[in-house]
Amino acid sequence: MRHTKTEQTSKEKHTKTNRPDLRQEIREGFVGSLPIAAGYFSVSFSFGILAAKEGLSPLLAGLISITNVTSAGQFAGLTLIAEHAGLLELILTQLVINLRYGLMSLSLSQRLFGIGTFRRLAIAFANTDEIFAVAVSRKEQPSFPYMMGLEIFPVLSWTAGTIIGAASGQLLPASVLSALGVALYGMFVAIVLPPAREQHPVRIVVLIALLLSLLFSYAPVLNGISSGFKIIICTVAASALGAALFPEKQEA
Amino acid sequence: MIYTYIAAMAITTYLIRMLPLVLFQKKIENPFIRSFLGYVPYACLTAMTIPSIFYSTSSFLSALAGLAIAALLGWQKKSLPVVAGAACIAVFVTERILALF
Repeated sequence: MRHTKTEQTSKEKHTKTNRPDLRQEIREGFVGSLPIAAGYFSVSFSFGILAAKEGLSPLLAGLISITNVTSAGQFAGLTLIAEHAGLLELILTQLVINLRYGLMSLSLSQRLFGIGTFRRLAIAFANTDEIFAVAVSRKEQPSFPYMMGLEIFPVLSWTAGTIIGAASGQLLPASVLSALGVALYGMFVAIVLPPAREQHPVRIVVLIALLLSLLFSYAPVLNGISSGFKIIICTVAASALGAALFPEKQEA
Repeated sequence: MIYTYIAAMAITTYLIRMLPLVLFQKKIENPFIRSFLGYVPYACLTAMTIPSIFYSTSSFLSALAGLAIAALLGWQKKSLPVVAGAACIAVFVTERILALF
């Protein structure tokens, strides 16, 4: 950590070659993390309620959240824990549901040049759907301080929401929880649409992914595939088609 | 046993996130793979949003209203908190209106 007071010269901020201003980078990450943290609080709150119903203490529920930081994986894991499922089954379920993070990390790895292994170990910890999405939608390459600014508050919010949810049960009225349920999806829409509007290839990829996802959700036989695999299949198929159709328009 | 469960979940999830990030530190030169990875975020977020968003609230109609407002504002390139917040308000208002019938 540097504690030297650096002056912000607006021109320097925007050039990639200069060492990014530490505070400015953390601040930008933090600002980007605010909607994520708000969304996480509502989702983890409902996870906490569910965990309490399954007989977990608030702190134990919080421990799951701070070590896993994944929504779908935790909800599925909770069900399996309640059923006293086998460890292998638990691990395989996590693998399938969370395999998409592998794709995301691979995609993110192409935007973190010059960041060393130890820092990558830290960044990887909370590379969630939302944090990944905000990081890659940034115009400049995400720096390490930026990533930390982006990750820390949502992780704390995710954990706090879980503990408070487990401890207080129905603190928020159902109407508010229902409204907050849409927050994360609203954010996804806000990330996807601007590039889709500007770049024809992105628009096509989004359209393909949308049609495939509907197909895998509602078509007979296909809808038997787990949601984890569904997302992976749709992502790989749509991105590969996009790469085949428009190979060099879009840079990783 | 509960701690073993939690540790197994956490380690599996962390390894999935960590390995690609640590193993691929160099620029991938293959243009197909580069463009493939460039499209991954948009394809993945789309597949995660549709149709899951329709089950994220207490009624299909309120979710549809949330999606419509998010799409409208997202298309106009409004910032993430604005779009997410407006979608929540749209859901809340729609559900209050639905409750009147």
